[in-house]
Amino acid sequence: MTMLRSFAARATGLAISTFARFMTAPRALWQGIEPVPHQRVYFANHSSNGDFVLLWTALPTPLRRQTRPVAALDYWLTSPLRAFIGREVFNAVLIDRRPEARTEDPVAQMVAALDQGSSLIIFPEGQRNSTDAALLPFKSGLYHLAKARPQVDLVPVWIANLNRVMPKGEIIPVPLICTIAFGAPLHVEPDETQDAFLARATQALLALKAPA
Amino acid sequence: MTSPHLLWLLAGVGTILVLASVIGEILRARLSPAGENPVIENLNARINAWWVMVICLALAFIAGKPGVVLLFALCSFAGLREFLTLTTHNRADHWSLVACFFLILPLQYWFLATDWYGMYSIFIPVYAFLLLPVTSALRGSTKDFLIRVSETQWALMICVYCASHVPALLYLQIPGFEGRNVILIAYLIFVVQLSDVLQYVWGKLIGRTKVAPSLSPSKTWEGLIGGTLSATAIGTALYWMTPFSPLEAAGMCLLITLMGFFGGLVMSAIKRDRGIKDWGHLIAGHGGFLDRLDSVIFAAPIFFHVTRWVWSTT
Repeated sequence: MTMLRSFAARATGLAISTFARFMTAPRALWQGIEPVPHQRVYFANHSSNGDFVLLWTALPTPLRRQTRPVAALDYWLTSPLRAFIGREVFNAVLIDRRPEARTEDPVAQMVAALDQGSSLIIFPEGQRNSTDAALLPFKSGLYHLAKARPQVDLVPVWIANLNRVMPKGEIIPVPLICTIAFGAPLHVEPDETQDAFLARATQALLALKAPA
Repeated sequence: MTSPHLLWLLAGVGTILVLASVIGEILRARLSPAGENPVIENLNARINAWWVMVICLALAFIAGKPGVVLLFALCSFAGLREFLTLTTHNRADHWSLVACFFLILPLQYWFLATDWYGMYSIFIPVYAFLLLPVTSALRGSTKDFLIRVSETQWALMICVYCASHVPALLYLQIPGFEGRNVILIAYLIFVVQLSDVLQYVWGKLIGRTKVAPSLSPSKTWEGLIGGTLSATAIGTALYWMTPFSPLEAAGMCLLITLMGFFGGLVMSAIKRDRGIKDWGHLIAGHGGFLDRLDSVIFAAPIFFHVTRWVWSTT
């Protein structure tokens, strides 16, 4: 049964990434960092539900195996199918976005995943951005994570065009080419304040927005 | 759908590719042993991609009509994906873009596969042209409306309508040429692509005078004349596998090599306007599907209609 579930999870993962390739022919641009299996936290802009799928698809297979997306528990545990995809296919670190309801601290969950050797995909804006602004203000989680494990590379990742493939509220995606730009890694300075670090991280992400 | 002439042509292309691969490897060993020379690396990437493209085409030929139609439907899909990535559109166009990919493209190739000439020859220029803007208009956004609908129509014309005229050659009925129409496709692609390669080679060797300096630094008069004339000469020498006489073959080759050149020129103008070098990245060394197919896309409809008008009974 466990074997069957894990086989189904791998097949579903392959189907999802094949579909993502068909729709977006994703192009990974490694600018200032190499695709090598080093422990990392990929932090990306968030404009579509497909963001982490595309980032996950764009990673070379050995890196993809050790990379877990950090996703909202209140979204992924609402149906058995979503729970299967979130937990088994993507091996997501499920965090609760509702401070009043949660039993576990999201940052502690992410740190625990890092300590097991995983890399992470996070969206520091905390929600999908459907405004005209390039980025929403970052939540503090990225800073706390950087403070807790300062040796881990924080890699900015700009995902371009996916919001045009599947605008919020649409059901059928339209095939358009997406680029995923990986930038030079960041680390928090010993005496850096939260605001200064988050501003630096925001700038590093925005710098990838212009096509190379 | 294999014929001895097709096998001869494929064998000839195979020989050229073996030769190109050997030369590419020698150049790499001499000039770029550690992959440090980008020109040599790009040359070898291009040759390897040629192998893949020729093998895909040969497999489609072996699979017959459905194979060729499917291959070009997929090329249209990839080309349209590249083109519409660069055009102006907003959220109001979402459904018309979805229709381009999942309704108009499959229908065009379906009409083609069922040999419905009266439909596939007007479907996109008439029905899609008139109905597609309606879906965008109904969503109510008027900003850049004419630009949005024109660019979408242009994408369909280039990537679906014109490209579909390559497999349409299979449905012509030429007395005395029955069962060999696949040769027309192989001949068209071979002559046009050979002209592209020879224009590049002549341009590198003796190219001085640029045709359109603001548009493309690599297109020269020397390359254009040398490339089209030498490709025409080789195409004319292969007249015996076509329905054309030597003189007719020369005329056809001149026509399609010139159209191919114009295709490269027009598609370069679009790329230059949008500030990109290549349409895509899926064909290593070449760029995107449209980078490789631009010349064939421009040559195919003219080649189809002239052949149909002069030689076909349909």
